[in-house]
Amino acid sequence: MRLTKTLSVVAPVVLALGLAACSGGGDDGGSGSTAAKPTNCTNKIVKEDAPRVLVWAWYPNMAKVVDNFNNQHTDVQVCWTNAGQGQDEYSKFQTAVSAKKGAPDVVMLEADQLVGFEIQDALVDLSPYGANDVKKNFSEGAWKDVSQGDKVYAAPIDGGPMALIYRTDVFAKYGITKPPATWAEYAADAAKVKAAGGPPFGDFASNVPAVTTALMIQKGATPFQYDLADKQNIGIKVDDQATKDVLNYWADLSTKKQIGKEDQFTTDYVAGMVGGKYATYVSAAWAPGYLTGAGVGNGSSKGKFAVAPLPQWDAASPVSVNWGGSAFAVTSQASDKAAAAKVALGLYADEASLTDGWKTQTIFPLNQSVLKSDEFINAKVDFFNGQTANKDIYIPAENAYKGAVYSPFTVYYYAQLQAQIVKLNAGQTTGDKAATDLQNALVTYAKSQGFTVK
Amino acid sequence: MVSITPPTALSDGAVVPDTPAAPGGRRGSARRHWVGWFFIFPFLVVFLAFLVAPLAYAAYLSLYTKGLATGTTFAGIDNYKRAFTDPSFLHGLWFVLKFSLVVIPLQVFVALAAALLLDEIVGRLARFARLIIFLPYAIPVVLGSLMWGFLYSPSFGPIEQISTLFNVQAPFLLSQGNIFYGLLNVVTWQWAGYYMIIIYAALQGIDTSIYEAARTDGASSKQIAFRIKIPMITPALALILVFALIGTLQFFVEPKVLGPIANGTVTPDFTPNIYAVTLALQYAQFNYASAISFSLGFVVFLAVAIFMFVTRKRGSLFT
Repeated sequence: MRLTKTLSVVAPVVLALGLAACSGGGDDGGSGSTAAKPTNCTNKIVKEDAPRVLVWAWYPNMAKVVDNFNNQHTDVQVCWTNAGQGQDEYSKFQTAVSAKKGAPDVVMLEADQLVGFEIQDALVDLSPYGANDVKKNFSEGAWKDVSQGDKVYAAPIDGGPMALIYRTDVFAKYGITKPPATWAEYAADAAKVKAAGGPPFGDFASNVPAVTTALMIQKGATPFQYDLADKQNIGIKVDDQATKDVLNYWADLSTKKQIGKEDQFTTDYVAGMVGGKYATYVSAAWAPGYLTGAGVGNGSSKGKFAVAPLPQWDAASPVSVNWGGSAFAVTSQASDKAAAAKVALGLYADEASLTDGWKTQTIFPLNQSVLKSDEFINAKVDFFNGQTANKDIYIPAENAYKGAVYSPFTVYYYAQLQAQIVKLNAGQTTGDKAATDLQNALVTYAKSQGFTVK
Repeated sequence: MVSITPPTALSDGAVVPDTPAAPGGRRGSARRHWVGWFFIFPFLVVFLAFLVAPLAYAAYLSLYTKGLATGTTFAGIDNYKRAFTDPSFLHGLWFVLKFSLVVIPLQVFVALAAALLLDEIVGRLARFARLIIFLPYAIPVVLGSLMWGFLYSPSFGPIEQISTLFNVQAPFLLSQGNIFYGLLNVVTWQWAGYYMIIIYAALQGIDTSIYEAARTDGASSKQIAFRIKIPMITPALALILVFALIGTLQFFVEPKVLGPIANGTVTPDFTPNIYAVTLALQYAQFNYASAISFSLGFVVFLAVAIFMFVTRKRGSLFT
């Protein structure tokens, strides 16, 4: 009875509140809000009355980078939000692009995502906003990755030259005296460790299709041919022999249980990295920073990692490949494009931020001022137990990287490749069949999207 | 009760009985109409704004198509034709149908058994057991799924630790061959308690003098349960079957939450709902995603209609 009484008093109040909320919502929608100053910034705004530029980015040291920028600028301020890492952010950005509202002014994108948004007119050409003034700071390859002809769609920040990270303790225990230089040696070592009852030698993870793509390119595959100037036409070739060989190679190791098939970046995977469950990790230069952030390389796993050049198919003609690396792009929804461009070109471009980035190994900087500095070249990397990893491994790898061509539907391509990797790991398909199925799926999709497949 | 003319909810609960034939009541009934609308208004606003309008918009979207290299064009029912020939959609549909056929009987069986048992016993233990069985439903689905994700974990989970004790390889319940059972467990755990409460409430509503009469006639507890209790709660059973059917065909949260740790087993087209979300939010195909959503809605409608047709004689709820 008492409850009923209370309810009868509460109900009208709740109702009234509900109505108030409704009418409030209606007003907001009706007035057609002008571009409001972003207020829910993760960082502190130093100069209150300067125009604010909303930035989405997920670099682990982003807080410091944003503070550096805001302290050095009085005419513009960065309001930073972490909208998720990788695909999580792309989904939000894609939705905002489709909705034609809700996008940030500046967005962090990996090189393989750029063309997919360029084709939707979601990004702004930065060349009228002074992009060419900073061109000299970057290698030709790095600049090519963010450009389409004369148009520049993003400011490059970091790259992801790939190498072979390995556990020195596991190698020592199973008598592997030198890291494998070729994939044949890699497979032989994997078999040796497995035969001795050791841990998986590596991992064929389905959730990093970009790695598999890079390894396909290393063998000589050219998955896509696409030029934004010729918007309708696309070349797709993922059923060539190189792709089949690479998929067969990894499927073979995986079905023999010489390598694991766990997804990367999960709690289980990181725990495995800490515990020496994987002897090697085929990864990019920025990986140690993310692993350190997740707790790898501290405590029991401290000083047990080292890095070697990425194994090759043909040791006589090595090929360097890239995984990830990001850039800042200005979105076409930015209300003040000049201010946004200033942020895109200036954020993470100052010495203090870059130094913090490479020292924590969260980025492999593409800025030549860092790449050519003695401090960077000769740095003894903690994570690799004092190895001069930049000089010996990553800088040569970056210099040899020739760039790649991406499709305008990278997200779809990755999802299809991921599905094939799951099947390969389960022994339900062969590399040959996976490549053919992938090719057919992509061609069908491209046609449904209105492309002409060359 | 014979239905009376004024359709508003208010008149049903009115203290003064309405006499439809009397001309004098007209004025009062008009005012009551107005009051009725006033009370319905908040609901109506929310209903129109958050249910009818989005549905209408999605229906509109589903009639167009947009390609990356082409613009938006009118497609008519092409998206629907494509949906029902799309292997991704059909595979997802087949999975949820298979899943429904196993999970629904399982949940209802668990719920029914628990409810019948709790109906028999009284006292503190019964109250405690009721709470414990109901508890999983009180945990948000996302949290429940995260928790099971931890329990299934091959590095941290108890399954792994117990297996290590016996020196056997722990099964990974989210692997391609096992995920059906892994999800079956999570869903049953989450929902059986809720259905149990519905059945239990229905059981409590039965007049106990019927049991006394049955006992006097020499019926055993088992006979009472199977011959009296279950037949008398068939409306409640029919209700939870419909709930479960609709919920399971729209399967989304559990696989979505467990997906990131399932080593790619939860594909972007794992269930129709996951497929629709992937299409819209990752591939930017809002038009086709809308068509997939409506197609799923159609299948759900069909499934429920078939179910109601099949059970029309047994459950009084829908007849």
